[in-house]
Amino acid sequence: MTLVKTKYNRRSFLKVSAASGGGMMLGFSWLASCNPTKEQALSMPESWFDINAFIKIGENGLVTIFSPNPEIGQNIKTSMPMVVAEELDVAWKNVIVEQAALDTHKYERQIAGGSQSIRRGWQGLRMAGATARHMLMEAAANEWKVTVSSLSTNEGIIKHDESNRTMSYGQMAATASTLEVPENIELKDPKDFKIIGQPTKNVDGEKIISGAPLFGLDFKREGMKISMIEHSPAFGMKLKGFNEEVIKSMPGISDVLVVNTAPKEAAWSNVNAFTEVIAIVGNTTWQVMKAKKALIVEWEWDSPAEDSQDHEFKLAQSLQTGVKELARKDGNAEEAFKKAHNVIEKTYSAPFLAHNTMEPMNFFADVSKAKAELIGPIQTPEAMGKSISNLLDIPIENVTVMLTRMGGGFGRRLYGNFGLEAATISYNTGKPIKLIYTREDDMTQGVYRPAYKVKYRAALDEKNELIGFSIHGTGIHGSPVFENRFPAGAVPNYLAEKMSIDSNISTGAWRAPRSNFIAGAEQSFLDEVAEAAGKDPIDFRLELFDRAIKNPIGTDNDYDPQRYAGVLELVRDKSNWGVKTEGVYRGVSAYFCHNTYVAQVLDMVLINGKHKIKKVWCAIDCGIVINPEGAINQAEGGIIDGIGHAMYSNLTFDKGSPIQKNFDTYSMIRHHQAPSEIEVFFVDNGIDPTGLGEPTLPPISGALANAIYQASGQRLYKQPFIQQDIKLG
Amino acid sequence: MAKFNININGTTKKIDADPDTPVLWVLRDHLDLVGTKYGCGIAQCGACTVHLNGSAIRSCSVAISTVGDQKITTIEGISKSSEKLENIVKEAWLTHDVAQCGYCQSGQIMNATALLKINPNPSDTDIDRAMTGNICRCGTYTRIKTAIKTAAAQLT
Repeated sequence: MTLVKTKYNRRSFLKVSAASGGGMMLGFSWLASCNPTKEQALSMPESWFDINAFIKIGENGLVTIFSPNPEIGQNIKTSMPMVVAEELDVAWKNVIVEQAALDTHKYERQIAGGSQSIRRGWQGLRMAGATARHMLMEAAANEWKVTVSSLSTNEGIIKHDESNRTMSYGQMAATASTLEVPENIELKDPKDFKIIGQPTKNVDGEKIISGAPLFGLDFKREGMKISMIEHSPAFGMKLKGFNEEVIKSMPGISDVLVVNTAPKEAAWSNVNAFTEVIAIVGNTTWQVMKAKKALIVEWEWDSPAEDSQDHEFKLAQSLQTGVKELARKDGNAEEAFKKAHNVIEKTYSAPFLAHNTMEPMNFFADVSKAKAELIGPIQTPEAMGKSISNLLDIPIENVTVMLTRMGGGFGRRLYGNFGLEAATISYNTGKPIKLIYTREDDMTQGVYRPAYKVKYRAALDEKNELIGFSIHGTGIHGSPVFENRFPAGAVPNYLAEKMSIDSNISTGAWRAPRSNFIAGAEQSFLDEVAEAAGKDPIDFRLELFDRAIKNPIGTDNDYDPQRYAGVLELVRDKSNWGVKTEGVYRGVSAYFCHNTYVAQVLDMVLINGKHKIKKVWCAIDCGIVINPEGAINQAEGGIIDGIGHAMYSNLTFDKGSPIQKNFDTYSMIRHHQAPSEIEVFFVDNGIDPTGLGEPTLPPISGALANAIYQASGQRLYKQPFIQQDIKLG
Repeated sequence: MAKFNININGTTKKIDADPDTPVLWVLRDHLDLVGTKYGCGIAQCGACTVHLNGSAIRSCSVAISTVGDQKITTIEGISKSSEKLENIVKEAWLTHDVAQCGYCQSGQIMNATALLKINPNPSDTDIDRAMTGNICRCGTYTRIKTAIKTAAAQLT
């Protein structure tokens, strides 16, 4: 049991005995946005009592837990409420989960990003459950005239052991909701967890498989119009004119306008290369699509067109002669290279990538001069609300943002330009509208994963000890280098330098930003260095971790070498590393990002001369695992997504235009290309939990490249690997 | 605009739409059947998969005027179906907690159901071949395959 001080004050808990949640959902069907099972729906309580921002309890004991953060497929709509329910001590089957709207007074950090929802929410979620439990016990103690400490709880029942009396949470909810919030609270000992650690099904699972209206694109309101935009076909182009009158006269079209969403003061979430776009508003999606196809637009250049050949050249040039930012220097790397017995130098690169969430960008907006109502899929609702308030001069307290389930995020929905467009279109036309991007709009709009190039050098002495290491990394835009990550701290002479290239192509966060490229490059390089040193690749890494444990270089190393080694040892043991199987080619990789440690072994076989990934073994240290079912699913997804993008995906440019505009030309991993099997293992250490939405993606490209090398003798330096004519077998 | 009588999930619906309107948008805009998803509009991702007389088709690329009296089944129809196959598939999806974001899953389920109808005991290769047109960015492919195999085991 841990005693913690609650940071709550009375104002953060509204004492309302609300009749139902219906009024809060602003046009949603309430039952579609939360998840009562059929049995629960039959026995809905007559009154709900708000205990705190996360919990309301019905008089019949049914509990609603609000999930504060946006759900993008990382399954926090299941795992966050599990944490609340654990400390509240209720049976999970009596819990209804409801998606909370943006509410900066009630919740902190309503963001889906950086795999931080669980890590940053952990303490607050536990306290919400524990304070509510305490208040319910206090209400019972007052009723029975006994002390709170003489009471115990079990799955929603309060018990006075001495007198053997019991009372349900439902009976105490009304009184509890009027009590003061306790200043100190006891949290459970993790060994007593009953819900945390249990494999638990996705709370929206049944709705998803029955096609219920969960997603932004599914939202509909009476009188709502459909809107689409047309942005310029190339980065560097802007609008000059178009056949406005023709479009206006097309069937079902009510409005055609030009909207400008350039912010007065750009925030980090305002990445958008095309702030001025044509908007078409009409009755049905198809009518608006047809009008969009009939557009004849004149565009003009206002900055130079770029293409992929330019990018290749600039990246190479930047590595050689670009302005270098010294990020970290330990010892003297150049001196180490001079006196080295063997120097290994390799350069790795990767292309721009589109996010390609399966649900294209969309948002509903009903905006007037006085207020703005936004409903849809956004990873950063607070930033979107602020941007809209700023852009349209609407007081922030009059801007509401409701969250729908998202058909994927992967970083794309951190940047809410589509919400700004929807709001501006509604504001200018005076109509409630739902803005929909076509796949082509979505794929050509930008906020891409940057294109990267990185050069590694390693110096081995005559005993094949690693004595020097350097990393120089550049990108369009931004360097992929994390200077304080491994092997920094394990090498006496270490140098990290960063460069960056400007471009009119807009880039941003993409699932596991920077790590998504640098992990694979680093882990491929270490494989090659281990080979040059005549060492087993796992032994070689473990030797380096051992150095970082016993004699760490520098003080800014942002990893724990013991935990890092731990996952590598776990995957080594589970996969029987070192036992050779005829026809199976193995690669290993390990990486630390988003506060979580991951190590993977990938087994490749050849079927008719073609590669097939037979199995991936994955060891993870993310501390306490809230929901093993969801956690394993995330791990599998990150691995498949990582393999797919390293192997197949590529976004290239010609005269400023993305060449790939839809899935006929942009390759995404498909069913037959996924591993036949993935097995996931967690380190059980009781440490506070860290994130899982991203960390399994970055290392897998390294394990893949290393396995392909074993199968083909060919090292892979350039993504996507598929373009390298891999000679297998 | 033109009027059509379309058989959807066992009921005849009257629809007033442009003849070239894809079935996808008739379902979503005219009938509020939004379980069928828009993903690419060019029959490359499978999110919009429905059944036309029992076979899987991409509803984004079939005009409403070409449907005639053929029977359309959507995920909502499958969801309410009392047929053994449909229920086994749904159960398998829940048992393996397949979904992550969930957006592509109705298309995956429609395609898997159509596969199991004609091939109740598919091999891995059969599954790969049948499902390869359905993209999942979250990477739930291994779970989908496991769910299909679980469903098949109960069918045979």
